[in-house]
Amino acid sequence: MAETPATGGAPRTHDFGLAVPLPADAPRPGALGRGLKHLFFAVVVRPLVAVVLGLNVRHRERLPTAGPAILVANHNSHLDTMVLMALLRPGLLARVRPVAAADYFLRGRAVAWFALNVLGVLPVMRGGRKIDPSYDALAHSRQALDRGEVLVLFPEGSRGEAERRQAFKSGIAHLAADRPEVPVVPIFLHGLGKALPKGSLLPVPFFCDVFVGEPVRGGEERWADDRAALVSELETRIEALAAEGSFAAWECRHASDKVEMKESWR
Amino acid sequence: MNDLPNQLPSFLRDLPPVVLWSLAGIFGLLLVATTIVWLIGRAKPGLDLGEVRQRVRSWWVMAGVFAFAMAVDRRISLVFFAFVSFLALKEYLSLIPTRRADRRVLFWAYLAVPIQYWWIHVEWYFMFIIFVPVYVFLFIPLRMVLIGETSGFLRAVGTLHWGMMATVFSVGHVAYLLILEPSAVVAGTGRADVGGAALVLYLVVLTQLNDVSQFIFGKSFGRHKVVPKVSPGKTYEGLLGGVAATTTLAVVLAPWLTPFSWHHALLAGLIIGFGGFIGDVVISALKRDLAIKDSGSLLPGHGGILDRIDSLTYTAPLFFHFTSYLYY
Repeated sequence: MAETPATGGAPRTHDFGLAVPLPADAPRPGALGRGLKHLFFAVVVRPLVAVVLGLNVRHRERLPTAGPAILVANHNSHLDTMVLMALLRPGLLARVRPVAAADYFLRGRAVAWFALNVLGVLPVMRGGRKIDPSYDALAHSRQALDRGEVLVLFPEGSRGEAERRQAFKSGIAHLAADRPEVPVVPIFLHGLGKALPKGSLLPVPFFCDVFVGEPVRGGEERWADDRAALVSELETRIEALAAEGSFAAWECRHASDKVEMKESWR
Repeated sequence: MNDLPNQLPSFLRDLPPVVLWSLAGIFGLLLVATTIVWLIGRAKPGLDLGEVRQRVRSWWVMAGVFAFAMAVDRRISLVFFAFVSFLALKEYLSLIPTRRADRRVLFWAYLAVPIQYWWIHVEWYFMFIIFVPVYVFLFIPLRMVLIGETSGFLRAVGTLHWGMMATVFSVGHVAYLLILEPSAVVAGTGRADVGGAALVLYLVVLTQLNDVSQFIFGKSFGRHKVVPKVSPGKTYEGLLGGVAATTTLAVVLAPWLTPFSWHHALLAGLIIGFGGFIGDVVISALKRDLAIKDSGSLLPGHGGILDRIDSLTYTAPLFFHFTSYLYY
């Protein structure tokens, strides 16, 4: 494995005024958390995904069967993480680590406990570098990959408007460059933003689509001196996956909806 | 020891033998189909039978779940049909364009499924027959108005109600057949004690075989298209051949599964034959409007659940009202 670039000297904790400060090393759930994680998925997530949602998965064979790997997907709903975690083979569940916004999930103690110990998230402070120049947002992710874990990462940075993709941020390119052998699997998700959009607590049943793309690796020649190329390649692949399906988007003709929707009523 | 029913598990012993034999017949048919596909595969190794094999495999799964749901007890059968309605409604709502503002309305639409099947369970016929066409019809626009989004209102309320009628109201008629009491069914005829489960089998088996035989007749002799713009694969030869086969089978099966006289069975066969065709092309028109080929991917080789129950959305209410008018 490549060396960890020393960005801020030795790892140390960062407070950032969160309910739970960011630890020096990548956090790992204990035995209790791992047990609860399996229980939570068996009792809540898998039945919910199977009955309330129902997934149409294409190219399932492209999903990694072992770590390290990075799953990269578009992000519209809290369900995105659950679906991606439930999609991998159950034996891998304990090693799947969603990269999650610390400024969102670590605000309150209860949610932070659940996110860190049951879901096993890797918290990342968005904009943390501006607050504390010594903060390296990718340090925990590199550690987790070195342990052979599977990261779930949403490069849009936040859940956007349902079924609208925002530009990808560049963190994924840095991470891929630091760990050039790790496969980065682009995944297109559709429908989850309709089932449980941002700001809603009431899930409404919809069939959802999960299209898995061919992986890329940070060590490939074509982005050796242009990291942005890897980001745009991931965006291109997810767009191409989206084009494989035929979707009825939200009909969105209200004046206050500023986003433009594709013509959905052919 | 020669008394077969006593060796069966208790839940099977309560079923009329004719229902058991029909279920066995379904699996016999599937065995024949599987053997034919296997023989063709051996005779012509170059032929790509992937989709046919998938289709037959999905039939086994569907027949297995259906047989289980029918055999165990009536409540399980009702839960099964409610789940079919739920899946069909979910598929429909996932296909059509819906408005972001209507998420909560869709939640109420889903809630109508268990309520509708509850009326069936408590055998409240009057409520069963008006709940979707009257109360859901009146409530959904009200709920939309309370949200206040008027842009696209008519299309949203229209598409949602059509989906409720097709997936909840129509499909619900299959389940209500279960409720028809043996005594009531038999009253006018003095025929054997058959009951609702046998009627459900009669309807479902004939509807599905009608699909298959229209397909086979169409593939073998099809020349003149019926509705080329909607469904170019549908031909008069397929339609009439299928209807003839279905009607024949309807008359042959009627003495065991229904209280029908032979001319009523003939009429029932025609209703199922033509009704099934119409249901099929109506869902085809919907898919063509949405520019999709299959309604989903739940049943490999078949497509989605709407692709499988399209004919039933027409045959179920038509057959139910035909039967209940004459014999109930």
